[in-house]
Amino acid sequence: MADWLSPAEWEAVRLSLRVAFWATLFSLPIGIPVAYALARWRFPGREALNVLVHLPLIMPPVVTGYLLLLTFGTRGPVGGFLDSALDLTFAFRWTGAALAAGVMAFPFMVRAVRLSIEAVDPKLEQAASTLGASRPWVFLTVTLPLILPGIIAGTVLAFAKGMGEFGATITFVSNIPGQTRTIPLAIDLLLETPGGEARAARLAGLSIMLAATALALSEWISRRVASRVGGR
Amino acid sequence: MLEIAVRHAFPGFTLDAALTAPPGVTVLFGRSGSGKTTLVDAVAGLLMPDAGRIAAGDLVLLDTERGVRLPPHRRRLGYVFQDGRLLPHLTVRRNLAYGAWFAPRGAPREDMGRVVELLGIGHLLDRRPAALSGGEKQRVAIGRALLSAPRLILADEPLAALDEARKAEILPYFERLRDEVSVPILYVSHSATEVARLATTVVALEAGRVVAQGPAAEVLGDPAVLPAGAREAGAVLAAVVVRHHSDGLSELDAGGLALFLPRVAQPPGAALRVRIAAHDVILSRGRPEGLSALNVLPGVVREVRPGEGPGAIVALDTPAGRLLARITRRSAAALELAPGVAAHAVVKTVSVAPSDVGGGRRAG
Repeated sequence: MADWLSPAEWEAVRLSLRVAFWATLFSLPIGIPVAYALARWRFPGREALNVLVHLPLIMPPVVTGYLLLLTFGTRGPVGGFLDSALDLTFAFRWTGAALAAGVMAFPFMVRAVRLSIEAVDPKLEQAASTLGASRPWVFLTVTLPLILPGIIAGTVLAFAKGMGEFGATITFVSNIPGQTRTIPLAIDLLLETPGGEARAARLAGLSIMLAATALALSEWISRRVASRVGGR
Repeated sequence: MLEIAVRHAFPGFTLDAALTAPPGVTVLFGRSGSGKTTLVDAVAGLLMPDAGRIAAGDLVLLDTERGVRLPPHRRRLGYVFQDGRLLPHLTVRRNLAYGAWFAPRGAPREDMGRVVELLGIGHLLDRRPAALSGGEKQRVAIGRALLSAPRLILADEPLAALDEARKAEILPYFERLRDEVSVPILYVSHSATEVARLATTVVALEAGRVVAQGPAAEVLGDPAVLPAGAREAGAVLAAVVVRHHSDGLSELDAGGLALFLPRVAQPPGAALRVRIAAHDVILSRGRPEGLSALNVLPGVVREVRPGEGPGAIVALDTPAGRLLARITRRSAAALELAPGVAAHAVVKTVSVAPSDVGGGRRAG
Protein backbone atom coordinates (compact mmCIF):
# COMPACT_ATOMS: atom_id res chain seq x y z
CA MET A 1 0.00 0.00 0.00
CA ALA A 2 2.77 2.36 0.98
CA ASP A 3 4.51 1.90 -2.37
CA TRP A 4 1.32 2.85 -4.16
CA LEU A 5 2.87 6.30 -4.21
CA SER A 6 6.55 7.10 -4.51
CA PRO A 7 8.31 8.68 -1.48
CA ALA A 8 8.36 12.02 -3.31
CA GLU A 9 4.63 11.79 -3.88
CA TRP A 10 3.97 10.89 -0.23
CA GLU A 11 6.03 13.91 0.67
CA ALA A 12 3.77 16.09 -1.51
CA VAL A 13 0.67 14.66 0.24
CA ARG A 14 2.13 15.22 3.72
CA LEU A 15 3.22 18.72 2.74
CA SER A 16 -0.22 19.56 1.34
CA LEU A 17 -1.88 18.46 4.59
CA ARG A 18 0.61 20.45 6.65
CA VAL A 19 0.28 23.59 4.51
CA ALA A 20 -3.53 23.41 4.55
CA PHE A 21 -3.58 22.74 8.31
CA TRP A 22 -1.49 25.77 9.23
CA ALA A 23 -3.22 27.97 6.67
CA THR A 24 -6.60 27.08 8.20
CA LEU A 25 -5.39 27.36 11.77
CA PHE A 26 -4.18 30.91 11.24
CA SER A 27 -7.21 31.94 9.15
CA LEU A 28 -9.71 31.02 11.88
CA PRO A 29 -8.86 33.53 14.63
CA ILE A 30 -8.56 36.31 12.04
CA GLY A 31 -11.50 35.23 9.89
CA ILE A 32 -14.11 35.08 12.68
CA PRO A 33 -13.62 38.66 13.94
CA VAL A 34 -13.41 39.99 10.37
CA ALA A 35 -16.63 38.14 9.48
CA TYR A 36 -18.28 39.49 12.65
CA ALA A 37 -17.22 43.05 11.88
CA LEU A 38 -18.49 42.81 8.30
CA ALA A 39 -21.78 41.23 9.40
CA ARG A 40 -22.61 43.42 12.38
CA TRP A 41 -20.75 46.70 12.41
CA ARG A 42 -21.05 49.82 10.31
CA PHE A 43 -17.73 51.59 10.30
CA PRO A 44 -15.75 53.75 7.90
CA GLY A 45 -13.65 51.52 5.68
CA ARG A 46 -16.08 48.60 5.92
CA GLU A 47 -16.43 48.41 2.14
CA ALA A 48 -12.67 48.66 1.72
CA LEU A 49 -12.18 45.78 4.16
CA ASN A 50 -14.80 43.77 2.30
CA VAL A 51 -12.99 44.32 -1.01
CA LEU A 52 -9.62 43.50 0.53
CA VAL A 53 -10.94 40.22 1.92
CA HIS A 54 -12.41 39.26 -1.43
CA LEU A 55 -9.45 40.35 -3.57
CA PRO A 56 -7.76 36.92 -3.61
CA LEU A 57 -11.03 35.45 -4.84
CA ILE A 58 -11.39 37.75 -7.80
CA MET A 59 -7.77 38.56 -8.74
CA PRO A 60 -5.79 36.13 -10.87
CA PRO A 61 -3.94 33.86 -8.36
CA VAL A 62 -0.69 34.75 -10.11
CA VAL A 63 -1.24 38.39 -9.18
CA THR A 64 -1.91 37.43 -5.56
CA GLY A 65 1.31 35.41 -5.57
CA TYR A 66 3.21 38.30 -7.10
CA LEU A 67 1.89 40.73 -4.47
CA LEU A 68 2.85 38.24 -1.74
CA LEU A 69 6.34 38.05 -3.23
CA LEU A 70 6.62 41.86 -3.20
CA THR A 71 5.40 42.11 0.41
CA PHE A 72 6.59 38.94 2.11
CA GLY A 73 9.67 38.16 0.01
CA THR A 74 13.00 38.42 1.81
CA ARG A 75 13.46 41.89 0.33
CA GLY A 76 9.83 42.89 0.84
CA PRO A 77 8.91 45.34 3.62
CA VAL A 78 7.09 42.81 5.81
CA GLY A 79 9.07 39.73 4.79
CA GLY A 80 12.39 41.45 5.42
CA PHE A 81 11.33 42.54 8.88
CA LEU A 82 9.98 39.11 9.89
CA ASP A 83 13.11 37.47 8.50
CA SER A 84 15.52 39.61 10.51
CA ALA A 85 13.42 40.19 13.65
CA LEU A 86 11.71 36.83 14.17
CA ASP A 87 13.81 34.59 11.97
CA LEU A 88 10.58 33.74 10.13
CA THR A 89 11.25 33.25 6.43
CA PHE A 90 8.50 32.82 3.85
CA ALA A 91 10.46 32.86 0.59
CA PHE A 92 10.83 29.40 -0.95
CA ARG A 93 9.75 27.70 2.31
CA TRP A 94 6.69 25.66 3.25
CA THR A 95 5.71 28.57 5.50
CA GLY A 96 5.37 30.68 2.36
CA ALA A 97 3.18 27.99 0.78
CA ALA A 98 1.02 28.03 3.92
CA LEU A 99 0.78 31.84 3.77
CA ALA A 100 -0.27 31.72 0.11
CA ALA A 101 -2.82 28.99 0.85
CA GLY A 102 -4.15 30.92 3.85
CA VAL A 103 -4.56 34.16 1.89
CA MET A 104 -6.34 32.34 -0.95
CA ALA A 105 -8.58 30.43 1.47
CA PHE A 106 -9.42 33.46 3.62
CA PRO A 107 -12.40 34.77 1.60
CA PHE A 108 -14.02 31.32 1.67
CA MET A 109 -13.69 31.19 5.44
CA VAL A 110 -15.00 34.72 5.95
CA ARG A 111 -17.97 34.25 3.61
CA ALA A 112 -19.14 31.07 5.34
CA VAL A 113 -18.78 32.52 8.85
CA ARG A 114 -20.34 35.84 7.86
CA LEU A 115 -23.41 34.14 6.42
CA SER A 116 -23.92 32.21 9.64
CA ILE A 117 -23.49 35.35 11.78
CA GLU A 118 -26.05 37.18 9.65
CA ALA A 119 -28.45 34.31 10.32
CA VAL A 120 -28.22 34.81 14.10
CA ASP A 121 -31.09 36.98 15.33
CA PRO A 122 -29.54 40.00 17.09
CA LYS A 123 -32.62 39.97 19.32
CA LEU A 124 -31.26 36.84 20.99
CA GLU A 125 -28.02 38.66 21.73
CA GLN A 126 -30.02 41.58 23.11
CA ALA A 127 -31.95 39.20 25.34
CA ALA A 128 -28.68 37.77 26.67
CA SER A 129 -27.40 41.28 27.40
CA THR A 130 -30.52 42.12 29.42
CA LEU A 131 -29.80 38.99 31.46
CA GLY A 132 -26.45 40.41 32.48
CA ALA A 133 -24.06 39.13 29.81
CA SER A 134 -21.46 41.65 28.64
CA ARG A 135 -20.51 41.83 24.93
CA PRO A 136 -17.71 39.21 25.12
CA TRP A 137 -19.91 36.85 27.14
CA VAL A 138 -22.78 37.28 24.70
CA PHE A 139 -20.41 36.34 21.89
CA LEU A 140 -19.03 33.31 23.73
CA THR A 141 -22.32 31.93 25.08
CA VAL A 142 -24.80 32.87 22.35
CA THR A 143 -23.25 33.92 19.04
CA LEU A 144 -20.40 31.42 18.93
CA PRO A 145 -22.48 28.29 19.68
CA LEU A 146 -25.09 29.40 17.13
CA ILE A 147 -22.55 29.99 14.34
CA LEU A 148 -20.55 26.83 15.00
CA PRO A 149 -21.99 25.06 11.92
CA GLY A 150 -20.88 28.01 9.78
CA ILE A 151 -17.42 27.99 11.33
CA ILE A 152 -17.08 24.30 10.58
CA ALA A 153 -18.23 24.81 7.01
CA GLY A 154 -15.79 27.69 6.60
CA THR A 155 -12.95 25.67 8.07
CA VAL A 156 -13.51 22.77 5.68
CA LEU A 157 -13.82 25.08 2.68
CA ALA A 158 -10.62 26.85 3.68
CA PHE A 159 -8.82 23.56 4.26
CA ALA A 160 -9.89 22.20 0.86
CA LYS A 161 -8.90 25.45 -0.83
CA GLY A 162 -5.53 25.32 0.97
CA MET A 163 -4.95 21.74 -0.20
CA GLY A 164 -5.59 22.71 -3.81
CA GLU A 165 -3.95 26.13 -4.06
CA PHE A 166 -1.70 26.38 -7.11
CA GLY A 167 -1.26 29.74 -8.80
CA ALA A 168 -0.34 31.98 -5.91
CA THR A 169 1.87 29.29 -4.36
CA ILE A 170 3.97 28.62 -7.46
CA THR A 171 4.35 32.34 -8.13
CA PHE A 172 5.30 33.21 -4.54
CA VAL A 173 7.46 30.29 -3.41
CA SER A 174 8.11 28.33 -6.62
CA ASN A 175 8.03 24.52 -6.91
CA ILE A 176 10.60 23.16 -4.49
CA PRO A 177 10.44 19.49 -3.45
CA GLY A 178 9.96 19.04 0.30
CA GLN A 179 9.28 22.74 0.83
CA THR A 180 6.60 24.02 -1.52
CA ARG A 181 5.76 21.10 -3.83
CA THR A 182 2.19 20.34 -2.66
CA ILE A 183 -0.11 17.91 -4.49
CA PRO A 184 -1.26 20.34 -7.21
CA LEU A 185 2.31 21.45 -7.89
CA ALA A 186 3.43 17.81 -8.01
CA ILE A 187 0.63 16.98 -10.46
CA ASP A 188 1.60 19.93 -12.62
CA LEU A 189 5.21 18.76 -12.70
CA LEU A 190 4.24 15.14 -13.50
CA LEU A 191 2.13 16.32 -16.43
CA GLU A 192 5.19 18.13 -17.80
CA THR A 193 7.28 14.96 -17.38
CA PRO A 194 7.15 12.36 -20.18
CA GLY A 195 5.36 9.23 -18.92
CA GLY A 196 4.11 10.96 -15.79
CA GLU A 197 0.40 10.91 -16.69
CA ALA A 198 -0.44 7.75 -14.72
CA ARG A 199 1.21 9.03 -11.56
CA ALA A 200 -0.48 12.40 -12.04
CA ALA A 201 -3.83 10.63 -12.31
CA ARG A 202 -3.15 8.72 -9.05
CA LEU A 203 -2.36 11.96 -7.22
CA ALA A 204 -5.42 13.61 -8.71
CA GLY A 205 -7.57 10.72 -7.52
CA LEU A 206 -6.05 10.96 -4.07
CA SER A 207 -6.71 14.70 -3.81
CA ILE A 208 -10.33 14.16 -4.87
CA MET A 209 -10.64 11.52 -2.15
CA LEU A 210 -9.17 13.80 0.51
CA ALA A 211 -11.50 16.63 -0.46
CA ALA A 212 -14.56 14.36 -0.46
CA THR A 213 -13.62 12.94 2.94
CA ALA A 214 -13.18 16.39 4.43
CA LEU A 215 -16.56 17.46 3.06
CA ALA A 216 -18.34 14.38 4.38
CA LEU A 217 -16.74 14.85 7.78
CA SER A 218 -17.81 18.47 7.98
CA GLU A 219 -21.37 17.65 6.90
CA TRP A 220 -21.55 15.07 9.65
CA ILE A 221 -20.21 17.42 12.32
CA SER A 222 -22.43 20.25 11.11
CA ARG A 223 -25.52 18.07 11.32
CA ARG A 224 -24.67 17.00 14.84
CA VAL A 225 -24.00 20.56 15.94
CA ALA A 226 -27.08 21.91 14.17
CA SER A 227 -29.36 19.38 15.82
CA ARG A 228 -27.88 20.29 19.17
CA VAL A 229 -28.33 23.99 18.51
CA GLY A 230 -31.78 24.13 17.00
CA GLY A 231 -33.24 20.74 17.74
CA ARG A 232 -35.00 19.16 20.61
CA MET B 1 -39.64 52.87 42.58
CA LEU B 2 -38.76 53.52 38.95
CA GLU B 3 -38.52 57.05 37.65
CA ILE B 4 -38.43 57.67 33.93
CA ALA B 5 -38.12 60.85 31.91
CA VAL B 6 -37.02 60.41 28.31
CA ARG B 7 -37.15 62.23 25.02
CA HIS B 8 -36.26 60.57 21.77
CA ALA B 9 -36.99 61.66 18.23
CA PHE B 10 -37.63 59.21 15.42
CA PRO B 11 -38.45 60.37 11.90
CA GLY B 12 -42.10 61.39 12.20
CA PHE B 13 -42.50 60.44 15.84
CA THR B 14 -41.26 61.87 19.09
CA LEU B 15 -41.38 60.12 22.41
CA ASP B 16 -41.47 62.58 25.27
CA ALA B 17 -42.64 60.92 28.44
CA ALA B 18 -42.13 61.17 32.17
CA LEU B 19 -43.58 58.68 34.60
CA THR B 20 -43.13 57.09 37.98
CA ALA B 21 -43.69 53.41 38.61
CA PRO B 22 -44.35 52.58 42.29
CA PRO B 23 -44.07 48.98 43.56
CA GLY B 24 -46.55 46.52 42.06
CA VAL B 25 -47.50 46.26 38.41
CA THR B 26 -47.34 49.43 36.37
CA VAL B 27 -49.01 48.96 33.02
CA LEU B 28 -48.00 51.12 30.10
CA PHE B 29 -51.26 51.27 28.24
CA GLY B 30 -51.89 52.59 24.77
CA ARG B 31 -52.51 51.71 21.15
CA SER B 32 -49.73 50.29 19.02
CA GLY B 33 -47.41 53.04 17.90
CA SER B 34 -47.91 55.09 21.03
CA GLY B 35 -44.30 54.55 22.12
CA LYS B 36 -44.72 51.86 24.76
CA THR B 37 -42.01 49.51 23.49
CA THR B 38 -39.60 52.39 22.84
CA LEU B 39 -40.03 53.45 26.46
CA VAL B 40 -39.37 49.96 27.81
CA ASP B 41 -36.36 49.52 25.50
CA ALA B 42 -34.98 52.78 26.87
CA VAL B 43 -35.36 51.46 30.42
CA ALA B 44 -33.64 48.20 29.43
CA GLY B 45 -30.81 50.07 27.69
CA LEU B 46 -31.55 48.54 24.29
CA LEU B 47 -32.28 52.03 23.03
CA MET B 48 -30.28 55.05 24.10
CA PRO B 49 -32.65 58.04 24.03
CA ASP B 50 -31.57 61.49 22.89
CA ALA B 51 -32.09 62.88 26.36
CA GLY B 52 -33.44 61.80 29.68
CA ARG B 53 -32.96 60.32 33.10
CA ILE B 54 -33.98 56.88 34.31
CA ALA B 55 -33.47 55.72 37.87
CA ALA B 56 -34.43 52.45 39.51
CA GLY B 57 -34.44 53.07 43.25
CA ASP B 58 -31.18 54.87 43.97
CA LEU B 59 -29.40 53.45 40.92
CA VAL B 60 -29.19 55.83 37.98
CA LEU B 61 -29.47 53.83 34.76
CA LEU B 62 -29.36 56.79 32.45
CA ASP B 63 -28.66 60.47 32.86
CA THR B 64 -27.76 62.13 29.60
CA GLU B 65 -26.93 65.40 31.34
CA ARG B 66 -24.32 63.73 33.52
CA GLY B 67 -23.24 61.38 30.76
CA VAL B 68 -24.42 58.23 32.53
CA ARG B 69 -25.46 55.48 30.11
CA LEU B 70 -25.35 52.12 31.80
CA PRO B 71 -25.13 49.29 29.22
CA PRO B 72 -27.97 46.73 29.31
CA HIS B 73 -25.96 44.01 31.03
CA ARG B 74 -25.22 46.23 34.01
CA ARG B 75 -28.82 47.30 34.59
CA ARG B 76 -30.08 43.95 35.88
CA LEU B 77 -33.63 44.26 34.62
CA GLY B 78 -35.48 41.06 33.74
CA TYR B 79 -36.96 41.61 30.29
CA VAL B 80 -39.80 39.35 29.14
CA PHE B 81 -40.07 39.87 25.39
CA GLN B 82 -43.17 39.48 23.28
CA ASP B 83 -41.45 36.74 21.29
CA GLY B 84 -39.86 34.92 24.23
CA ARG B 85 -36.31 34.99 22.88
CA LEU B 86 -35.19 31.84 24.65
CA LEU B 87 -31.69 30.77 23.68
CA PRO B 88 -32.30 27.94 21.18
CA HIS B 89 -29.08 26.04 21.90
CA LEU B 90 -29.72 25.71 25.64
CA THR B 91 -32.16 23.52 27.53
CA VAL B 92 -34.93 25.11 29.55
CA ARG B 93 -32.91 24.50 32.70
CA ARG B 94 -29.88 26.31 31.33
CA ASN B 95 -32.01 29.10 29.91
CA LEU B 96 -33.43 29.61 33.41
CA ALA B 97 -29.96 29.57 34.95
CA TYR B 98 -28.43 31.87 32.31
CA GLY B 99 -29.27 35.16 34.00
CA ALA B 100 -28.59 33.88 37.51
CA TRP B 101 -25.05 33.04 36.45
CA PHE B 102 -24.29 36.68 35.65
CA ALA B 103 -26.02 38.10 38.73
CA PRO B 104 -23.69 39.49 41.40
CA ARG B 105 -23.03 37.16 44.32
CA GLY B 106 -24.83 39.19 46.94
CA ALA B 107 -27.93 40.04 44.89
CA PRO B 108 -31.23 38.93 46.40
CA ARG B 109 -32.37 36.05 44.24
CA GLU B 110 -35.36 33.85 43.77
CA ASP B 111 -35.08 30.16 44.45
CA MET B 112 -35.03 28.11 41.24
CA GLY B 113 -37.33 25.44 42.68
CA ARG B 114 -39.89 27.99 43.81
CA VAL B 115 -39.95 29.76 40.44
CA VAL B 116 -40.24 26.46 38.58
CA GLU B 117 -43.15 25.51 40.82
CA LEU B 118 -44.78 28.94 40.53
CA LEU B 119 -44.73 28.74 36.73
CA GLY B 120 -45.48 25.02 36.43
CA ILE B 121 -42.50 24.27 34.19
CA GLY B 122 -40.90 21.42 36.12
CA HIS B 123 -41.63 18.87 33.39
CA LEU B 124 -39.97 21.03 30.71
CA LEU B 125 -36.54 21.48 32.27
CA ASP B 126 -34.64 19.10 29.99
CA ARG B 127 -36.31 20.19 26.76
CA ARG B 128 -35.01 22.70 24.26
CA PRO B 129 -37.04 25.78 23.31
CA ALA B 130 -37.90 24.32 19.88
CA ALA B 131 -39.92 21.61 21.64
CA LEU B 132 -42.07 24.05 23.65
CA SER B 133 -45.48 25.53 22.85
CA GLY B 134 -45.90 29.30 22.70
CA GLY B 135 -47.39 29.42 26.18
CA GLU B 136 -44.67 27.23 27.65
CA LYS B 137 -41.99 29.42 26.06
CA GLN B 138 -43.47 32.53 27.66
CA ARG B 139 -43.60 30.86 31.07
CA VAL B 140 -39.93 29.90 30.77
CA ALA B 141 -39.13 33.45 29.63
CA ILE B 142 -40.85 34.82 32.74
CA GLY B 143 -38.89 32.40 34.92
CA ARG B 144 -35.62 33.28 33.24
CA ALA B 145 -36.23 36.99 33.89
CA LEU B 146 -37.20 36.34 37.51
CA LEU B 147 -34.12 34.22 38.20
CA SER B 148 -31.66 36.83 36.92
CA ALA B 149 -32.04 38.63 40.29
CA PRO B 150 -33.59 41.67 38.58
CA ARG B 151 -34.23 45.08 40.11
CA LEU B 152 -37.48 45.08 38.22
CA ILE B 153 -39.20 43.09 35.53
CA LEU B 154 -40.02 44.54 32.13
CA ALA B 155 -42.68 42.78 30.12
CA ASP B 156 -43.40 43.96 26.59
CA GLU B 157 -46.80 42.59 25.55
CA PRO B 158 -45.78 39.13 26.73
CA LEU B 159 -49.17 37.71 25.75
CA ALA B 160 -49.67 39.43 22.40
CA ALA B 161 -48.29 36.55 20.33
CA LEU B 162 -50.53 33.97 22.03
CA ASP B 163 -54.07 32.86 21.28
CA GLU B 164 -56.89 33.48 23.77
CA ALA B 165 -56.53 30.10 25.48
CA ARG B 166 -52.79 30.59 26.03
CA LYS B 167 -53.38 34.14 27.28
CA ALA B 168 -55.79 32.78 29.85
CA GLU B 169 -53.09 30.29 30.79
CA ILE B 170 -50.34 32.89 31.40
CA LEU B 171 -52.27 35.80 32.89
CA PRO B 172 -52.72 34.11 36.30
CA TYR B 173 -48.93 33.66 36.53
CA PHE B 174 -48.45 37.40 36.25
CA GLU B 175 -51.12 37.85 38.93
CA ARG B 176 -49.19 35.48 41.18
CA LEU B 177 -46.00 37.35 40.39
CA ARG B 178 -47.65 40.61 41.41
CA ASP B 179 -48.99 39.13 44.64
CA GLU B 180 -46.18 36.78 45.66
CA VAL B 181 -42.94 38.28 44.35
CA SER B 182 -41.65 41.60 45.59
CA VAL B 183 -40.00 42.67 42.30
CA PRO B 184 -41.82 45.59 40.67
CA ILE B 185 -43.12 44.99 37.16
CA LEU B 186 -43.36 47.38 34.22
CA TYR B 187 -45.86 45.81 31.85
CA VAL B 188 -46.67 46.97 28.33
CA SER B 189 -50.10 46.23 26.95
CA HIS B 190 -52.81 47.43 24.64
CA SER B 191 -55.36 44.99 26.03
CA ALA B 192 -57.99 46.42 28.36
CA THR B 193 -58.45 43.00 29.93
CA GLU B 194 -54.78 42.67 30.87
CA VAL B 195 -54.70 46.17 32.29
CA ALA B 196 -57.82 45.58 34.35
CA ARG B 197 -56.52 42.33 35.78
CA LEU B 198 -52.91 43.23 36.42
CA ALA B 199 -52.40 46.91 36.92
CA THR B 200 -51.68 48.50 40.25
CA THR B 201 -50.79 51.67 38.43
CA VAL B 202 -51.77 52.62 34.90
CA VAL B 203 -49.79 54.94 32.65
CA ALA B 204 -51.75 55.84 29.53
CA LEU B 205 -49.66 56.74 26.49
CA GLU B 206 -50.82 58.43 23.35
CA ALA B 207 -48.57 59.40 20.42
CA GLY B 208 -45.45 59.32 22.57
CA ARG B 209 -46.89 61.32 25.45
CA VAL B 210 -48.25 60.36 28.85
CA VAL B 211 -51.90 61.39 28.97
CA ALA B 212 -52.69 60.02 32.43
CA GLN B 213 -51.07 58.08 35.22
CA GLY B 214 -52.27 56.91 38.59
CA PRO B 215 -53.93 54.04 40.45
CA ALA B 216 -55.62 51.63 38.05
CA ALA B 217 -59.24 52.20 39.16
CA GLU B 218 -58.79 55.94 38.89
CA VAL B 219 -57.26 56.03 35.39
CA LEU B 220 -59.54 53.34 33.95
CA GLY B 221 -62.62 55.06 35.40
CA ASP B 222 -61.74 58.40 33.87
CA PRO B 223 -63.79 58.97 30.70
CA ALA B 224 -61.27 61.56 29.55
CA VAL B 225 -58.64 58.85 29.28
CA LEU B 226 -59.53 56.08 26.90
CA PRO B 227 -56.14 54.90 25.69
CA ALA B 228 -57.64 51.95 23.88
CA GLY B 229 -60.56 53.92 22.48
CA ALA B 230 -64.19 54.23 23.64
CA ARG B 231 -65.00 50.79 22.25
CA GLU B 232 -62.61 49.18 24.74
CA ALA B 233 -63.48 51.38 27.71
CA GLY B 234 -64.33 49.73 31.00
CA ALA B 235 -63.89 50.31 34.69
CA VAL B 236 -62.46 47.97 37.32
CA LEU B 237 -64.27 47.14 40.53
CA ALA B 238 -62.72 45.53 43.58
CA ALA B 239 -64.88 42.80 45.07
CA VAL B 240 -64.78 39.90 47.51
CA VAL B 241 -66.35 36.49 46.84
CA VAL B 242 -69.25 35.92 49.28
CA ARG B 243 -70.56 32.51 48.22
CA HIS B 244 -71.15 30.29 45.23
CA HIS B 245 -74.80 29.54 44.51
CA SER B 246 -76.06 26.22 43.27
CA ASP B 247 -77.53 27.75 40.08
CA GLY B 248 -74.03 28.47 38.72
CA LEU B 249 -73.73 32.03 39.99
CA SER B 250 -71.21 33.52 42.36
CA GLU B 251 -72.23 36.27 44.74
CA LEU B 252 -69.68 39.01 45.28
CA ASP B 253 -69.57 41.95 47.61
CA ALA B 254 -68.40 45.19 46.05
CA GLY B 255 -68.44 48.08 48.51
CA GLY B 256 -71.53 46.68 50.25
CA LEU B 257 -73.42 46.01 47.03
CA ALA B 258 -74.17 42.46 45.90
CA LEU B 259 -72.77 41.59 42.49
CA PHE B 260 -73.76 38.38 40.74
CA LEU B 261 -71.36 36.89 38.21
CA PRO B 262 -71.11 33.59 36.38
CA ARG B 263 -69.34 31.13 38.67
CA VAL B 264 -65.80 32.37 39.45
CA ALA B 265 -62.86 30.11 40.24
CA GLN B 266 -61.82 31.80 43.49
CA PRO B 267 -63.14 30.54 46.87
CA PRO B 268 -65.35 32.60 49.21
CA GLY B 269 -63.30 35.31 50.91
CA ALA B 270 -60.99 35.80 47.94
CA ALA B 271 -60.41 39.31 46.65
CA LEU B 272 -61.21 39.85 42.98
CA ARG B 273 -60.91 42.51 40.35
CA VAL B 274 -63.79 42.65 37.95
CA ARG B 275 -63.68 44.61 34.74
CA ILE B 276 -67.07 45.93 33.65
CA ALA B 277 -66.96 46.93 29.99
CA ALA B 278 -68.64 50.28 29.34
CA HIS B 279 -70.77 48.89 26.53
CA ASP B 280 -72.27 46.30 28.91
CA VAL B 281 -73.68 48.93 31.28
CA ILE B 282 -77.22 50.30 30.91
CA LEU B 283 -78.23 53.46 32.79
CA SER B 284 -81.62 54.22 34.30
CA ARG B 285 -82.81 57.27 36.23
CA GLY B 286 -85.23 55.44 38.53
CA ARG B 287 -84.63 52.06 40.10
CA PRO B 288 -85.60 49.66 37.32
CA GLU B 289 -88.36 47.11 38.03
CA GLY B 290 -89.16 43.82 36.35
CA LEU B 291 -85.73 43.53 34.75
CA SER B 292 -83.91 40.30 34.01
CA ALA B 293 -80.53 41.77 34.90
CA LEU B 294 -79.41 40.85 38.40
CA ASN B 295 -76.99 43.64 39.07
CA VAL B 296 -78.39 47.10 39.71
CA LEU B 297 -75.95 49.57 41.22
CA PRO B 298 -77.20 52.98 42.44
CA GLY B 299 -74.88 55.92 41.96
CA VAL B 300 -74.33 59.52 41.04
CA VAL B 301 -73.22 60.75 37.63
CA ARG B 302 -69.76 62.23 37.80
CA GLU B 303 -69.15 63.15 34.20
CA VAL B 304 -70.76 62.87 30.79
CA ARG B 305 -68.30 62.90 27.93
CA PRO B 306 -69.68 62.99 24.40
CA GLY B 307 -67.69 60.98 21.91
CA GLU B 308 -66.96 61.76 18.28
CA GLY B 309 -69.83 59.63 16.93
CA PRO B 310 -73.32 59.25 18.35
CA GLY B 311 -71.99 57.81 21.61
CA ALA B 312 -71.11 59.23 24.99
CA ILE B 313 -69.24 57.86 27.98
CA VAL B 314 -70.83 58.37 31.37
CA ALA B 315 -68.85 57.97 34.57
CA LEU B 316 -70.99 56.94 37.53
CA ASP B 317 -69.79 56.88 41.14
CA THR B 318 -71.34 53.94 42.98
CA PRO B 319 -70.58 52.48 46.43
CA ALA B 320 -68.84 49.65 44.53
CA GLY B 321 -66.53 52.06 42.75
CA ARG B 322 -66.60 54.09 39.58
CA LEU B 323 -68.31 52.58 36.56
CA LEU B 324 -68.19 53.65 32.94
CA ALA B 325 -71.23 53.34 30.70
CA ARG B 326 -71.23 53.75 26.95
CA ILE B 327 -74.60 55.06 25.82
CA THR B 328 -75.87 57.22 22.96
CA ARG B 329 -75.83 60.95 23.23
CA ARG B 330 -79.56 60.86 22.52
CA SER B 331 -80.14 58.72 25.62
CA ALA B 332 -77.91 60.94 27.72
CA ALA B 333 -80.03 63.92 26.69
CA ALA B 334 -83.34 62.09 27.14
CA LEU B 335 -82.38 61.00 30.66
CA GLU B 336 -81.01 64.47 31.39
CA LEU B 337 -77.79 62.94 32.66
CA ALA B 338 -75.43 65.51 34.09
CA PRO B 339 -72.89 65.63 36.92
CA GLY B 340 -74.65 65.21 40.27
CA VAL B 341 -77.73 63.43 38.90
CA ALA B 342 -78.67 60.14 40.56
CA ALA B 343 -78.85 57.11 38.27
CA HIS B 344 -78.74 53.33 38.37
CA ALA B 345 -76.29 51.18 36.48
CA VAL B 346 -77.59 47.86 35.20
CA VAL B 347 -75.05 45.15 34.43
CA LYS B 348 -76.08 41.85 32.91
CA THR B 349 -74.50 39.01 34.83
CA VAL B 350 -73.60 36.97 31.77
CA SER B 351 -71.94 39.90 30.02
CA VAL B 352 -68.98 39.79 32.39
CA ALA B 353 -66.41 37.67 30.57
CA PRO B 354 -64.48 35.13 32.63
CA SER B 355 -61.23 36.62 31.30
CA ASP B 356 -62.25 39.93 32.87
CA VAL B 357 -62.30 38.47 36.37
CA GLY B 358 -58.98 38.03 38.10
CA GLY B 359 -57.59 37.53 41.54
CA GLY B 360 -56.11 40.61 43.07
CA ARG B 361 -55.07 41.72 46.46
CA ARG B 362 -54.16 45.12 45.14
CA ALA B 363 -57.20 46.04 43.14
CA GLY B 364 -56.06 49.60 42.56
